[in-house]
Amino acid sequence: MKILAAFGRYIILMGKVFSRPEKWSIYYRRVISEMDQLGVGSIPLTAIISVFIGAVITIQMAITLESPFIPQFMIGYATKETMILEFSSTVIAIILAGKVGSNIASEIGTMRITEQIDALEIMGVNSAAYLILPKIIATMIFFPFLAAFSMIVGMFGGFLVARMGVMIPNDYIDGLLYYFDSYEIFYSLVKMTVFAFLITSISGYYGYYTKGNSLEVGKASTTAVVVSSIMIMIFNLLLTQLMR
Amino acid sequence: MIKCENIFKSFDGRTVLNDISVTFETGKTNLIIGRSGSGKTVLLKTLVGLHEPDEGSIYFDDVCYTDLGFKARKAIRKDIGMIFQGGALIDSSTVFENVKLPLDLFTEQSEAEKRERVEFCLERVELSHAPHLYPSELSGGMIKRAAIARAIVLNPRYLFCDEPNSGLDPQTSIVIDNLIQSITREYNITTIINTHDMNSVMEIGEKIVYIHTGYKWWEGTKDDILNADNKELNDFVFASAMAKRARGK
Repeated sequence: MKILAAFGRYIILMGKVFSRPEKWSIYYRRVISEMDQLGVGSIPLTAIISVFIGAVITIQMAITLESPFIPQFMIGYATKETMILEFSSTVIAIILAGKVGSNIASEIGTMRITEQIDALEIMGVNSAAYLILPKIIATMIFFPFLAAFSMIVGMFGGFLVARMGVMIPNDYIDGLLYYFDSYEIFYSLVKMTVFAFLITSISGYYGYYTKGNSLEVGKASTTAVVVSSIMIMIFNLLLTQLMR
Repeated sequence: MIKCENIFKSFDGRTVLNDISVTFETGKTNLIIGRSGSGKTVLLKTLVGLHEPDEGSIYFDDVCYTDLGFKARKAIRKDIGMIFQGGALIDSSTVFENVKLPLDLFTEQSEAEKRERVEFCLERVELSHAPHLYPSELSGGMIKRAAIARAIVLNPRYLFCDEPNSGLDPQTSIVIDNLIQSITREYNITTIINTHDMNSVMEIGEKIVYIHTGYKWWEGTKDDILNADNKELNDFVFASAMAKRARGK
């Protein structure tokens, strides 16, 4: 019953979020600013995690596929497939749910408890749209770029360990070039776009309905990350089934 | 003029406002006073539209606000300025951006016109030296003054202030009080201030409404309040030893 009530409130909030903005120009500026804060600000984290995971996947594949019957380039191929299909969308999305989701929930939650949202409402501003919509648009545009960036950096991480002697670098590159299906990229980017919406809207919801004091902001932030992560996993399953 | 008639408001079955009827006059600083938890903040938030009354009507001049739909209410809200207890400035924006926000959202003015208006408002509250500062870099008094500048930037007809002096030293409190009063007179607006600061009451209280346990217990002027024959009001007004001594004299 509680979950249903929360879902109802989430839908109502989304109704407010997607109602007509007061002024497009203000929202446009806010979208650019959010892209910088939530998107560009996440590039270093994405790069660090992707390069290391790409490297680790390559090492693990090299150990697992060590057989005279399996060609070496399959290590590069397996690394590429893992990065494109799951890591660069799903795992990066979960990491971003931690970073961006908690940021959004705590920012909006703090605005709620310090009456900044009330101040916007009194001015006649649709506070839900003003605060949440630019974040949703910004992440839905930028996160797919992060996913694409993660794919490239992850494969580069694999190349680095190949160069260090894990395998022959040329075989690794052959593996990356072997059987390229652009649909896989499309599938991954679509997933990331959906995950971006989930992370931002769920975190915005928990922040917007924060009540009480700073303790509640912390709780809202944690709940936002947990619920976003669970929803990412559920939608990952659904989208994989739908788009396979 | 703002008028409320027979306002009731309850939360989770607990009645917070009980049959409140009062008229707040234009061009005057109207004060709502009362102990903590008496319901004065709920009354202010109900008047301003942040809470919906369970029963009763609220009039902004001749317009019944409680009968209006979302769009019509939005139009009235553009005539309302509010100063919150903590200032409620947007943390991620500078003082200049905070004051400019209502102009960005609700006017078609050019950037030069907006800049001129913001600078005028900041000068009016003596904050023209700090447009580039963020709320975290401001003192308590500066936050309140920035909030006043933001509240008056659209030339409101109604000004609401929720404990504008809370957390301020007595001298700064007087500065803020006088600023609110002079703005009220200068622009002939209806100002409602929520406070439990007796200095404010005696300094700027042109009309005072005392709320006690959710009821309107007393109303009058600052001249009436010292001689009021009302036990609860007297207990509130003369709570401090200094006030009692002053009354004795």
